[in-house]
Amino acid sequence: MSFETFGDFMAMGDHGLYVWLSYGVSLVVIGANVLALRRRRRQFFRESRALERRRAANAE
Amino acid sequence: MSLKTLWHRLGSPRWLYQMSASWVWVLGSLAAGLLLVGCVWGLAFAPADYQQGNSFRIIYIHVPTAIVAQSTYMLLGSAGLVLLVWRMKVADMVLATAVPFGMSMTALALFTGAVWGKPTWGTWWVWDARTTSMLVMLFLYFGLYALRQAIPREETAGRACAVLALLGTLNIPIIKYSVDWWLTLHQPATFKLTEAPSMPAEMWLPLAVNVVGIYCLLGAVVLAGLRLEILRRERDTQWVRGLVAAR
Repeated sequence: MSFETFGDFMAMGDHGLYVWLSYGVSLVVIGANVLALRRRRRQFFRESRALERRRAANAE
Repeated sequence: MSLKTLWHRLGSPRWLYQMSASWVWVLGSLAAGLLLVGCVWGLAFAPADYQQGNSFRIIYIHVPTAIVAQSTYMLLGSAGLVLLVWRMKVADMVLATAVPFGMSMTALALFTGAVWGKPTWGTWWVWDARTTSMLVMLFLYFGLYALRQAIPREETAGRACAVLALLGTLNIPIIKYSVDWWLTLHQPATFKLTEAPSMPAEMWLPLAVNVVGIYCLLGAVVLAGLRLEILRRERDTQWVRGLVAAR
């Protein structure tokens, strides 16, 4: 461990704001990439099922 | 399987879709695990820099994102070349799907660089060769994104993007050598192929873990995006309709 207490760890010397801002924003951006993929995949299947239902209705 | 059969099969979206299902999960889990280990290690256990103090810990996210942003661009350039020469459908799908990831990694590298620059250089931004060439790459990503949106015909959009992606690769060596060719505030590369890192191992090991981790993330995100793009473009085929019906 490079820090004595949890408070020291959060403070990062006097660079806490810079360090945690960098890591926080990075986490959000990486998370957004992953979530966007999941959302688009679900959307594809939702739309495709709707399309299949319309096709089936038209065929009758 | 011979290289030639592999090359032909890569041209088959259906084969690629079926082969890649588990890869997304394997690469994604590896990415999550490695990045968690690398970040905790770098943030809590690596020693502070004797000059920069703890702000130096930004390196563990700044360098991996900057490296992967350039690699993603090289991937786009290669996909562009393959598309122009062999007209391979899968290359166009890679070209379409990897842009947002590369764009967000470039933006992250610039952002974390600015946040690191403030306590280290005393300024958020300098117009020097490294930062400016990275900014140029961000605009190239914007261009690739906008071009795809602006051209409705998929085939034309693909070829236009391929040309832009290829031209943009000229910027990559400029980014890489900018710290050697010009005077700059930016520190030189941590990892070089020809020499050992100038940092002690307990500082660069977590960085190496995060670099490998973010490459796994690149693999997982691009493969997942590619699989989605395959489904979207093959929507009317029997095998995709079968998949939709089975869900």
